[in-house]
Amino acid sequence: MQLVLDSEQQQLRSTVRKLLADHNHLRSVVDGDETYDRVLWKHLAGLGLTGLVVPEEHGGAGAGHVERCVVLEELGRALAPVPFFASAVLAADALMALGDTEVLPALASGEKIGALVVSQTWGPSAVTATERDGGWVLDGQASFVISGDVADVFVVYTSDGWFVAEEAQRKTLTTLDPTRGQAKLEFAAAPARRLDAADPAAVLEKVRDLASVALAAEQAGGIAKVLETTVEYAKVRVQFGRAIGSYQAVKHACADLYSTSERVESLLRHAAWVADNAPEELPLAAAAIQVFTAPACFEAARSGLQLHGGIGYTWEHDAHLYYKRAKSSELLFGGQDEQLARLAGCLAEGS
Amino acid sequence: MSEFREKVRAWLAENVPGDEDLESAKRFQAALYDAGLSGITWPTEFGGQGLTAAEQQIFDSEVANYDLPTSVFRIGMGMCGPTIVDLGTPEQKARYLPPLLRGDEIWCQLFSEPGAGSDVASLQTRAVRDGDEWVINGQKVWTTVAHVADFGALLARTDADVPKHQGLTMFLIDMRDPAVTVRPLKDMTGRAPFNEVYFEDLRLPADAVLGRVGQGWLAAVTMLGHERVSIGGFVRKRNDPLAHANLAETARRFGRDVDPVVRAELAKLYAAERALVLFNTRLRQEAEAGTPPGARGSVAKLAGAQLMQQAVAVAGTIGGPRVTAWDPDDAAGDELALAINQAPSSSIAGGTDQIQRTIIGDRILGLPREPVLDRDVPFRELRVGTQRPA
Repeated sequence: MQLVLDSEQQQLRSTVRKLLADHNHLRSVVDGDETYDRVLWKHLAGLGLTGLVVPEEHGGAGAGHVERCVVLEELGRALAPVPFFASAVLAADALMALGDTEVLPALASGEKIGALVVSQTWGPSAVTATERDGGWVLDGQASFVISGDVADVFVVYTSDGWFVAEEAQRKTLTTLDPTRGQAKLEFAAAPARRLDAADPAAVLEKVRDLASVALAAEQAGGIAKVLETTVEYAKVRVQFGRAIGSYQAVKHACADLYSTSERVESLLRHAAWVADNAPEELPLAAAAIQVFTAPACFEAARSGLQLHGGIGYTWEHDAHLYYKRAKSSELLFGGQDEQLARLAGCLAEGS
Repeated sequence: MSEFREKVRAWLAENVPGDEDLESAKRFQAALYDAGLSGITWPTEFGGQGLTAAEQQIFDSEVANYDLPTSVFRIGMGMCGPTIVDLGTPEQKARYLPPLLRGDEIWCQLFSEPGAGSDVASLQTRAVRDGDEWVINGQKVWTTVAHVADFGALLARTDADVPKHQGLTMFLIDMRDPAVTVRPLKDMTGRAPFNEVYFEDLRLPADAVLGRVGQGWLAAVTMLGHERVSIGGFVRKRNDPLAHANLAETARRFGRDVDPVVRAELAKLYAAERALVLFNTRLRQEAEAGTPPGARGSVAKLAGAQLMQQAVAVAGTIGGPRVTAWDPDDAAGDELALAINQAPSSSIAGGTDQIQRTIIGDRILGLPREPVLDRDVPFRELRVGTQRPA
């Protein structure tokens, strides 16, 4: 078990951090009309990051989940408004597990954006599949589709298995988190391609486990950034004649942020390592990481906002963006009830 | 590496004693030493094995399956020993370290006083120079295992005319000297694992100083750093009733494992326990790669204490009234009650949670320190703890 990044992984982190420092147009999405940061997406694609874990024969970089988590941490730190989680994680993981070779290269290159369509509790979506004229069509609605507003390709899980479709009516939803879009989709006799799998439900489980780890990586990056900005602020903001960071009430809250950040990072390094090296342990590690990380990330964002005082509550400050992202991420895919039930189930099985 | 694990596993299965008295603890520690399993990462010239953190990790994971009688050696192994390695003279290392590792001699740490708990540097036990000797007078308190200790690391004031941190010196003392009186001190569990210790004209030779005269605070900080890693990094025993695995077992026994609230609380506890275990593993891996944990031991200590409080809450959810009263013959009831009553000590002993947070804030995050009123004032002029104005 390797919980410390090697020099190449650290190099990857520096590269992505530098890229984001130069090309993250967060406010043009939050305050402007852009639905996502297209320029940044091109840069990420140019560096091969959109296909990081996709095998080389399908146009990817063939790296591991430790590396992908490093990238996701940086994207989470910067709240990069790009559809990476939907396309390079959810959709790409499903297509890889299903052995698709048609769409995967376009997702890996970043040329197309993918989205995953499942129910809110990681079950089959309400979309139905019908065989017609030797092909398949999809009908029905699906909501809360992450990055569904900007996706070109939909990977759809139904009670009849897995399908890929490209035609849907989409309605962009108003979101709590302005950095990540969601959409309601309507399929009306949409032509679809069936992706056969020996065990379609097992594919979903794998995608779900990897999604839990990937989301935790974003969250870990968010906590780290909140810690950093809060500590910087506590050093320079003076009240009652001294820096607020010298007051125990503030200092101790910063110490708790640090303690949270360190433990989340430890869970993350382990889960990412497990994804690459010990897949049989992944369900338990993936279930545990969200139970700890999602509420911890929201509490960190809330605390960081609080420690900034009035300035933290203003639109101009980024604190609210971390707060909204953290709450939104905590509630994705059924939220803590779902995560707790899943972890309890894993623990009961193991006993 | 798997060879080492096999060796540890086989040896433990063969040698762990059933009883926990002092004599069997000493015999066990000696056997551990002879088997090459004591001081695994310590340098070989001091009686250690000169192995890596990886072997230590294997050993820790294997002993977690047992309730070893070695807690009486923990202060020596985890704190006094490593500090002697850091600061001792060659003579001190040669004299004290091998018998410490072999379990022949038990060590205690004499820092805290009734008026100097978190503010250790305001201690009042005096060491006065008399020719070639030092003469010690004063009182210590909360001294774990002092009643069975052969030696102790004592922090005393050697100069009251300088600010409090500058006038301290650390001494290595013989606890069996008649000038040392040890009185048991009962804690809230009703047991007496620690003591009050009194010194009346205890005479020490010049070579009893560890480090340098007047540099006792540095020695104390060194030892406290080892202490935090030692406490926080401690692998929870399988038979700790508040460990997740055992609380889950208790829930099954009580038929509470189907309750959704109990299941959810246990799941949260599991995740928090894993987070701490993996953090400790990461610290060890970083140490092996050349980054010492430094003040990050405080994170392990703080998180460990928080985990205990969380586990107490889960135990209450699981047990309900069965935590309040049980059959006198029920050993499991007694064990759970003891664990609940011990839990507050994890947030106090070795530096309170508040002290750990301040350490993290000051030393790791670099936040400005609180204004200090006594840093530049000679100790003699301070009003500290129980000291009366002259």
